[in-house]
Amino acid sequence: MKYLIPAGVFALLVVVLAIGIQRAPSKNVIPSALIGKPAPTWSLPVIASNQSPTPASFDSERLRGRWFVFNVWGTWCPECKVEHPMLLEMARQKKLPLIGLDWKDDDAAARRWLESLGDPYDVVVADRDGRTAIDFGVYGAPETFLIDDRGVVVYKHVGAMNPDVWQREFLARLPTAAPSDGTQGQP
Amino acid sequence: MKTSLRRVVCAVLAVWIVGVASVPAAFAIDPVEMSDPVLQERYRALTHELRCMQCQNQSIADSPVGLAGDLRREVRELLSAGKTDDEVREYMRARYGDFILFRPRMVAQTLWLWLAPVLLMLLGLFAAWRVVQRRRALVTDDGFDDEGGDR
Repeated sequence: MKYLIPAGVFALLVVVLAIGIQRAPSKNVIPSALIGKPAPTWSLPVIASNQSPTPASFDSERLRGRWFVFNVWGTWCPECKVEHPMLLEMARQKKLPLIGLDWKDDDAAARRWLESLGDPYDVVVADRDGRTAIDFGVYGAPETFLIDDRGVVVYKHVGAMNPDVWQREFLARLPTAAPSDGTQGQP
Repeated sequence: MKTSLRRVVCAVLAVWIVGVASVPAAFAIDPVEMSDPVLQERYRALTHELRCMQCQNQSIADSPVGLAGDLRREVRELLSAGKTDDEVREYMRARYGDFILFRPRMVAQTLWLWLAPVLLMLLGLFAAWRVVQRRRALVTDDGFDDEGGDR
């Protein structure tokens, strides 16, 4: 009887800490404040595109009306190198246009990267001063956004893309009449 | 009785003072000074209450990483453009969520953050009061007065 209160407090503490430990792995990932909100608009210089001739700049307005993937990366980011084969695989599937944001990077280094590792992007634009990344609430590369045909942010993945996330969090969110009709190459 | 009560009060005060006095020391990470001293002061205060998202337990004023530098630049530019402190906080919150604010807003989601310390404090005071009551009863039953304090 004497130890009822301390035992109760202890039990409560155990429960609280157990919940904390269980949820710990997901704690490092901070949910995006932009989910369900219009994606920031941007107009940025183009580093590479699959159009020829490569336009000097690209405006996010041109993506309106279609679902696309927006991938934030940089040649200074080791995890981006890990992720790169997965991006190439996503591009190979031609299910969604893939737009790259080269975050605070050197244009020449980015072009060399794409030449040596392969270019999965439909368009890569340069965010030289990091402002567009801030507008997207990016805090570490790589980050990958799914944006719908109305320009609304549907999902954000922090860290390297992998087949599981691609299937479960990106492709599964597409409307059934998904733009899988080869929209790649259009933007 | 008086002595125990006084001790409880002293203990509570001591904890309080230690908490208040341990203000984090300022690091000289950020060499930039704004020309207007009023803006500089607001800039200093704001950058200390915005979290560095990459390092998480530092403010953007204390962090040397690139993104913190970019966010400091944003704060300077917003202040120069005549934005209020609240507008700057809202600008950051809209992009990075509540997590970026070291001083979270009082909304349904963050209510427990604000109430928990008060509730725990009340719980502690109640427990202390109970102990004092019990000791007082003990002392009176034994026929001792309380001048000796702890026996």
